[in-house]
Amino acid sequence: MPKARISAPPTAKPGEIISIRTLISHPMESGFRRDSSGAQIPRNILTEFVCLYNGRQAFRAELHPAIAANPFLAFHLRADVSGTLEFRWTDQRGEVTTETRDLVVEP
Amino acid sequence: MSTRRDWLAGAAAITGYSLLPMLLPMPLSATPADVQKAMREAFGDSPISTGRVALTLPALAENGNSVRLSVAVDSPMTEEDHVEFVQLFAEANPLPDIARFELNALGGRAEIETRIRLAAEQRVVAVAGMNDGSLWSGSASIVVTIAACLEGLI
Amino acid sequence: MSSNRNRGFTAVSLALAILGVSAACEIPAPGVTSEPEPTRTLTQALSGYEFQAEDTQALQDDPFANPGMLWVDQGQELWRDGGSADETSCSSCHGKNGDSMRGVAARYPAYDAETESLLNIEGRINRCREKYQQQSPYAYESAELLALTAFVAHQSQGSPIDVFIDGPARPFFESGQSYFYERRGQMNLACHQCHERNVGRMLRGDRLSQGQPTGYPAYRLEWQTLGSLHRRLRFCNVGVRAEPFPAGAPEYVNLELFLAWRARGLQVDAPAVRR
Repeated sequence: MPKARISAPPTAKPGEIISIRTLISHPMESGFRRDSSGAQIPRNILTEFVCLYNGRQAFRAELHPAIAANPFLAFHLRADVSGTLEFRWTDQRGEVTTETRDLVVEP
Repeated sequence: MSTRRDWLAGAAAITGYSLLPMLLPMPLSATPADVQKAMREAFGDSPISTGRVALTLPALAENGNSVRLSVAVDSPMTEEDHVEFVQLFAEANPLPDIARFELNALGGRAEIETRIRLAAEQRVVAVAGMNDGSLWSGSASIVVTIAACLEGLI
Repeated sequence: MSSNRNRGFTAVSLALAILGVSAACEIPAPGVTSEPEPTRTLTQALSGYEFQAEDTQALQDDPFANPGMLWVDQGQELWRDGGSADETSCSSCHGKNGDSMRGVAARYPAYDAETESLLNIEGRINRCREKYQQQSPYAYESAELLALTAFVAHQSQGSPIDVFIDGPARPFFESGQSYFYERRGQMNLACHQCHERNVGRMLRGDRLSQGQPTGYPAYRLEWQTLGSLHRRLRFCNVGVRAEPFPAGAPEYVNLELFLAWRARGLQVDAPAVRR
């Protein structure tokens, strides 16, 4: 089960642009490496990351093998109403890892 | 016991030169032409203007396995005027695609940071698509040094 | 051992001296003991951090983005909850968070009277598993052992390394010290030839460091994952075309004690990011 770290402020003012940073453990095996016997190590990567803000897509990333292992993604969000931030990583087999954080938006 | 074959494989690992890829149809490296082709496939014949996109990479990466990249697009990120996507391409990786980011007015600011793999000294190109259909690009070049002794999987 | 190094001041020696490595310097160690004090040949100990590119340093310094912290997080979970529901966890003896481990990693490897052996952190964790948790030891480089070692080492971040090399620890120390100064491999090189006599010089694209252990377990960009000091030592052996010992080998634990003594005063900076 991949381990994820999220850095998101718990509170924000309406209209404030907040910075969100994410880090998840995953080898992002490119499929181009070979082991000591010369056999190709099969590709095993996360292919998608989505951030939903109260169910609406706020940020999405399509990931290729050129994304470094243990992917780091940082982006921004304009806070409007309180609610839930959902972070979803999907790998090439369709397996999903999810994290959520609450966001309280008040003046 | 170290056989001659083991020694050769080890020496190959140390010099960073592998004999095996030459025998296989897999591409070792894309070229700027591959990036042009990938961009045509993604964007058709739409003109791409240079500007509004600031792509930042360090001038030199001591290991290509993890290079910090940030891309910022000059845009108010309102419903009427915002960045819809930013797509990244590498000119000398095995594959030209790096990532595609989808944004909208919820984002507030079109600034993204990530860490990427770069196989060699090359140029990285970022193409941003606006909601009005216009395309803008920026790029950055980087030198990638290799570590002294290429390890293999020890 | 260093008798033929007193050759007068060459330009190289001058350059190396500027980098804090003396060609013919012996520092008397503080304190009075009945055993002869070993001499440390570096004038100034420098963490491997000082030899990384700016970007690599910045990644290590970022408490969120340092990839090694993913293992510290996992280690914290393992520490608190154990590996499974019926397993006694570390926290059942040592407390819920890692406070009781503050400063511990800075004093390892340490002599264990009960087993009459030298134990590094990995060895101590596995000893606890066998004796107090009734579990089989974790394999070296396993995700669990890396996570717990990273967690324990991280609790000592900022603590100056201070290992005990006297009494029963002395033979292990001397064994590690001999290893460091002994040539090996097809390239017939000893550790000190790179890591003391050529510190700061370029070896292909690499700037040679002093080979200090302060940042381990470390996230090496080369490995794209966290790895133990023994994994790094195995690679050093392969680098000079010497047969490596298996990770966990007593030869490496002895060397670890010597390296920690050599690093004394430097702060633990685990998990480090190295190229």
